[in-house]
Amino acid sequence: MKHLKLLAAGAVIATFGGIAAADATTLEQVTSRGQLVCGVNGPAGLTGFGVPDDQGNWTGLDVDMCRAVAAAVLGDATKVKFVPLGSKERFTALQSGEIDMLARNSTWTLSRDTDLGLDFVAVNYYDGQGFMVRKDLGVASAKELGGATVCVQTGTTTEKNLADYFRTNSLELKSVVFETADQARQAYDEGRCDAYTTDASGLAAERTQLKDPGNNVILPEIISKEPLGPAVRHGDNQWGDIVRWSFNAMIIGEEFGITQANVDENKSSDNPEIRRLLGVEDEMGKMLGISNEWAYNILKQVGNYGESFERNVGLKTPLGLARGLNELWSKGGLQYAAPVR
Amino acid sequence: MSNIEARTTSEFPPGQHPDMPPPVATSGVVGWVRQNLFPTPLNAIATLLALYALYLVLPPLLNWLIFDANWQEGTSRADCVREGACWTMIRARFGQLMYGFYPVDQRWRVDVAFILQFVAIAGVLIEGMPGKRWFALFLFLVYPFLAYLLFYGGFGLVEVDTSLWGGLMLTLILATTGIAASLPIGVVLALGRRSHMPVIRIATVAFIEFVRGVPLITVLFMASVIFPLFLPEGMSFDKLVRALVGISLFAAAYMAEVIRGGLQAIPRGQYEGAMSLGLGYWKMNAFVILPQALRISIPGIVNSFIGLFMDTNLVLIMGLIELLGMAQSATRDPDWLGQINTALAFVSLVYFSFCFSMSRYSQYLERKLHTGYRR
Amino acid sequence: MAASAERSVASAVPIWQNRTARSIFYQAVVLGLLVLLAYFFISNTAANLAKRGIASGFGFLNNVAGFDISFHLVDYDLQSTYGDALVIGILNTLLVSALGIVLATILGFIIGMARLSRNWLIAKLAAVYVDGIRNVPLLAQLIFWYFGVLSTLPGVKQSLSILDTFYLNQRGLFMPTPGFGPGFWPVAVMFGIGVAAAIVVSRWARRRQMATGQQFPSIRVGLALVFGLPILTGLVAGFGIDWSYPELKGFNFAGGTQIIPELIALTLGLSIYTAAFIAEIVRSGIMAVSHGQTEAALALGLRRKHVSRLVILPQALRVIVPPLTSQYLNLTKNSSLAVFIGYPELVAVFAGTTLNQTGQAVETIVITMAVYLAISLAISAFMNWYNRRVALVER
Repeated sequence: MKHLKLLAAGAVIATFGGIAAADATTLEQVTSRGQLVCGVNGPAGLTGFGVPDDQGNWTGLDVDMCRAVAAAVLGDATKVKFVPLGSKERFTALQSGEIDMLARNSTWTLSRDTDLGLDFVAVNYYDGQGFMVRKDLGVASAKELGGATVCVQTGTTTEKNLADYFRTNSLELKSVVFETADQARQAYDEGRCDAYTTDASGLAAERTQLKDPGNNVILPEIISKEPLGPAVRHGDNQWGDIVRWSFNAMIIGEEFGITQANVDENKSSDNPEIRRLLGVEDEMGKMLGISNEWAYNILKQVGNYGESFERNVGLKTPLGLARGLNELWSKGGLQYAAPVR
Repeated sequence: MSNIEARTTSEFPPGQHPDMPPPVATSGVVGWVRQNLFPTPLNAIATLLALYALYLVLPPLLNWLIFDANWQEGTSRADCVREGACWTMIRARFGQLMYGFYPVDQRWRVDVAFILQFVAIAGVLIEGMPGKRWFALFLFLVYPFLAYLLFYGGFGLVEVDTSLWGGLMLTLILATTGIAASLPIGVVLALGRRSHMPVIRIATVAFIEFVRGVPLITVLFMASVIFPLFLPEGMSFDKLVRALVGISLFAAAYMAEVIRGGLQAIPRGQYEGAMSLGLGYWKMNAFVILPQALRISIPGIVNSFIGLFMDTNLVLIMGLIELLGMAQSATRDPDWLGQINTALAFVSLVYFSFCFSMSRYSQYLERKLHTGYRR
Repeated sequence: MAASAERSVASAVPIWQNRTARSIFYQAVVLGLLVLLAYFFISNTAANLAKRGIASGFGFLNNVAGFDISFHLVDYDLQSTYGDALVIGILNTLLVSALGIVLATILGFIIGMARLSRNWLIAKLAAVYVDGIRNVPLLAQLIFWYFGVLSTLPGVKQSLSILDTFYLNQRGLFMPTPGFGPGFWPVAVMFGIGVAAAIVVSRWARRRQMATGQQFPSIRVGLALVFGLPILTGLVAGFGIDWSYPELKGFNFAGGTQIIPELIALTLGLSIYTAAFIAEIVRSGIMAVSHGQTEAALALGLRRKHVSRLVILPQALRVIVPPLTSQYLNLTKNSSLAVFIGYPELVAVFAGTTLNQTGQAVETIVITMAVYLAISLAISAFMNWYNRRVALVER
């Protein structure tokens, strides 16, 4: 029966689906496919993190994470198929093998690491949940929100944080829950709610999409820790290592000031760690099971973390986010990568 | 004329009375108005109220839709200076509303596919069309592969990933594929439901009643979050394919009931006649019963198609962006914020023109078939 | 004799052409395939869940849910469990379905009758309504009511108020809530007595009419008993009701009852959409009663209003009820579209939030489907019972 079904499905799968021997590792699947399948924020995307333009070309901080892995594994940052996923289906898509990795501003939590069978391998954005209100509401602090109606998206850690925060501060909560962030934002913008809550980075992104962005303020309180990062399936440690070190390479690149522009010159650097990173010395890539040029490809084609940050969410973008917690450790932030040795 | 009317009837000798026109109040426009709009005082009040309601609704609506609407080209809501609908947005977003993110230089493929489909269906449905059989063969045997090639690519055509499909194109693909796939499954289920074998009957009844008892949205949820877990590790399907499987199975249960209705309308004599000719179960059904039953079921099938066509917008829940989703997302673009009514008006007009014409066609068929089968 | 002849014929036929044998063989094959398919899915799912270490089982229903639900009929707070959330979801689904069914039926019957009106304008308007509404997707209509209409209502501080007791704004409709104090019980008791008396009167009137042919206005008297008695008592002894009025406090209205706009939009959308289908059913039901019935009833001297109530409608109902059932089922199932406009019903609360918080997709979807199936079966059982009752009128 199994074989019959497989045969019948074969023709369709050949183009529309992917089938691989059950024991093939994710790395083998990706290399034999010649393409990385990466889950990103969908269907409409999240500005700055993963969003398609009119032509369906994706950009964003999370998108760069996918591109970095593609560059490391396949040597070509464009060989990525982006699968836009809603908040509900994102983890199932990863669990079932529909996607190779998930880079969709997802919060790393204990229950997701365990119950959902995932492994979060890095934190590419340290975030926290905040509130946005209209200026004319005259509210300066989230503690004054007692009795307020709050619009929130379902299927996120946000919903629970919101309830927790109101509970611990003994405030009365009236939440209105929507299926997508778009609906929640639209309802807030139309006046259904007094406040809108999501991750602070999300608030900045969403504010650009309001009728009158200038009339809305983001309150100072950050009510939760939201370490956002790429996730892979539990149990495939090699693949987890590759994704983790692809991210680390971007951080280390920034530490050493290696950019897209000067990466070629850095190949002749005397610094042994840079030489190891760029594959001039030793065989770091081989240890990961990929090409020695892996980090060179990432930095050449995608750039370092700082470049990616400024390009997608930084001060010069509509989001206008400061580095804050996401500054390098050496500059007072939290971004810190283990050394390539 | 008037001088004849002026005279009284008594002036004419018996039998010489000329034909008089009917009283003004019972004929012509006035008579019609009196009979149809003001037959009783209560009706007169109702008519006046209705006229007043029309006066309240119609002029502002027409103004909004047409006279005060923005028809010019533009790039953002600032270009919509007039009070009415902002058709400017529809013009700016037309490509996306029709094709989603399908690459612009490849969109001709979509056009060709749909034109071919339209011609083939018209060829099958129009009466007295010469070579009808060839149209049908083309539609059911050749077209599916051709459409696949055109939409997805291959054989020299650039591959276009399904995540780029969207808009009206996706709506049409979902609806037509759903109905085409549900037809054969529905036939099998309908035959199964009328089978004398208890296992088969129970299994089909259970399936049909289960599917008809749950909302499409839960079936789509299942297709999006559970279906991937059903398959062995490493085997996965494209999201669009999963949506299509869910929609087809859902539609098949309803289709089965439509076809069962058609089967029940076939007189027993047809079965007996076929059996007396020595035809077995499959031959009897394939050559005698089903052709007749399907013919009677066409109006019902068209109605199912309309229902499915309108239900396809629920794939939004899986993150597939068809026409309604595309229109909604256009209004969330900061450039076009707050134009939700224009977007909905456009989507409604598109759906209405499709569904209304199809439902008129099915009513026409119903009338035509009804006369033939009335006993 | 005959039996043995049959047996001898049967034994002459080879086994693969024997009807019974073949039927058993086919059924065994189908059953085998189904079992294999089920095994295939279940074993895969189990293997997938186990391999990824995904939690399974129904134990999560007892865990604390810890999220807020904007609208609940029974108590629900942040310490409630996922099981409680499920109950809230079911109740909210039932509430909106019940409201929708009542409104859609009333509207549908009015429009259906209007389509048959002698008044050309009224009939045409009804036809336009039916064609217009039926050919536009329900989801588009819901979005229109929610984002297009209700969100354009004034904000909280500029609420439309009716007599300073009802307030309408973007957050919904706020109205006073009665609080029943101890002084209320005489009124309640009199209400009960009124209902009982009305039943007795209508039985007596019916018997008298059967025996003597004399009619008695039992409906009017009954209404007077049911509502008159408690109101009289209330006027004499006081109602003992403490009304809690909505008042603007801080950001929102406090006190009274809030009917959230999501519920209003969903009820409006569902009933207006379904009414178009019900209107068509009513129309064809009435048209199915032959005109001779009307003429015969009129010839017997029945008044026009009696003709429709006593002759046409009972016969039409027999045609109307079965398709009406499926419309009620459709409405209930369509209430799941609430997920797009933020009304917390079963799909939104359970197949949405709960699924996400727990990650137990299989369990939540299975429970959701089972609930819908149960609601569907209950509605069709009720309507079958009603249908039998209506059909029994035939003699």
